[in-house]
Amino acid sequence: MNGRLRWRKFVSGFMLTMTGVCALVAVSVLFCILGYLIYHGGRDINWNFFTKLPTPVGESGGGMANAIVGSAKLLLLASLIGVPIGFFGGIYLAEFSGSKVAFVVRYSADLLNGAPSIVIGIFAYALVVHPFQHFSTFAGSFALGIMMIPITLLSTEEFLRGVPRALREGSMALGASKWSTIIRVVVPAAYRGIVTAVLLALARVAGETAPLLFTALGNRYWSPGWNQPTESLPHMVYIYALSPYEDWQHQAWAAGLVLLGLILMVNIMARVVLARGVSVPRA
Amino acid sequence: MNVNLTPTGVANSNRETAAPTANRMTVSKVNFFYGTKQTLFDVNMSIAANRVTALIGPSGCGKSTLLRTFNRMHETVRNARLDGEILLDGQNILSQDVTLLRRRVGMVFQRPNPFPKSIFDNVAYGPRVNGARDPISEIVERSLRRAALWDEVKDHLHKSAYELSGGQQQRLCIARGLAVEPEVLLLDEPCSALDPISTAKIEELLVQLKDSCTIAIVTHNMQQAARVSDFTAFLLVGQLVEFSPTPQLFTTPADPRTEAYITGRFG
Repeated sequence: MNGRLRWRKFVSGFMLTMTGVCALVAVSVLFCILGYLIYHGGRDINWNFFTKLPTPVGESGGGMANAIVGSAKLLLLASLIGVPIGFFGGIYLAEFSGSKVAFVVRYSADLLNGAPSIVIGIFAYALVVHPFQHFSTFAGSFALGIMMIPITLLSTEEFLRGVPRALREGSMALGASKWSTIIRVVVPAAYRGIVTAVLLALARVAGETAPLLFTALGNRYWSPGWNQPTESLPHMVYIYALSPYEDWQHQAWAAGLVLLGLILMVNIMARVVLARGVSVPRA
Repeated sequence: MNVNLTPTGVANSNRETAAPTANRMTVSKVNFFYGTKQTLFDVNMSIAANRVTALIGPSGCGKSTLLRTFNRMHETVRNARLDGEILLDGQNILSQDVTLLRRRVGMVFQRPNPFPKSIFDNVAYGPRVNGARDPISEIVERSLRRAALWDEVKDHLHKSAYELSGGQQQRLCIARGLAVEPEVLLLDEPCSALDPISTAKIEELLVQLKDSCTIAIVTHNMQQAARVSDFTAFLLVGQLVEFSPTPQLFTTPADPRTEAYITGRFG
């Protein structure tokens, strides 16, 4: 009996230790990636990186200014496309939930969320690139915007549902219409959560490369307006990392570092915004 | 004003014992259903103008349900169905525009529910949404005075409403309801979440308000009904058992069930 008990105690201790080890591994993956990026790419982060255009191989002093601006333009337009649709759709789900239509909408958003990004890229190609006969920032933003819709929609719904029913009733008892109630009471009460949702959606699509491969394509130079092909940070990582030139490979590491750094900053900002907003009303 | 807390204490010195001059609202043959379950059976009563009418009864008797039909708040719940007629100044409320109705018939809820805005913006919400003729700051001051809250908050109007105490928040909700100048104010157990001192303040307030407003209050506290109301309706499992002037209902009730309830034999 004593031996059996000792064995069970050993197994218990061992397995619990293993869960701790796995948790540690999960966390350290992020730090490993960061460490690698800093080590390999840190030295290439300089003023030129942020302000100069890419130079031919062998020439020093090149940068990724066009990729950084390109990514910014892509994300800006993607937000303008994806956020309003997600936001108003989320309002519909929160205020009219329970109907069959709402169930279908919610489920479809979940499915869209899980759709492979390259498939969304092909869809955007067929819908935007092919009719207009050229690659463009707009096409890339269209693809990224579609990816932002389900995240924004489901998160908006969740945060709006979290607003207590008593607030809605208080507003309606004053003679406010349902829309007034939503837009003047419910949304302001949930706005921190909604801002967080938008930031997280941005962080998610900022690193997407596959949908940009055949929509925004790429560009060695500046991309004026919204109708020209444009470069983006994740795409630069892809091209430079695959190239045979050591110079470019260093730059790829640097681009990866900048990209991950920006995404992490947005994520942290989103959590801070949300944490500040949690105020429990008295009584 | 000293508030006498004994069961038949006369805090309300304006108590009406003769018949009222006018009925602000009339309730006829009201039957109410949640889906297939009926919760109100053939209710007939009236709400007298410029008086306080109390609805009392044990838990689950339908008094809150009945109150909520007076401003059609039952329509916010799916599967709720109202049969019968409810008249406001002679017009059927079911055929009016519901937002216009709710401006004329306001409601204060059991738990204070101020919006997550400043004190000023809470009171200003109604006038802003409905379009006000007078300047908003005047309306806010007037409403806060009527709710006996002005002196306590006049220097802090831009603070969040959540920084007020429970009793103050409830008076803020009353001020918010008064800001749209309703003809009728419905209060659904407004003091059940409050301490006795806040409760006394609000009861004083209701007695003063009835000069300018008609009041209907649901309360599970019989003594409160005896203190503040002019008319009392006693409900039991969805039926209106008795509806009389308050002194009469509490001293010489007509129905034995009423007597059993007010003497505490059940409830």
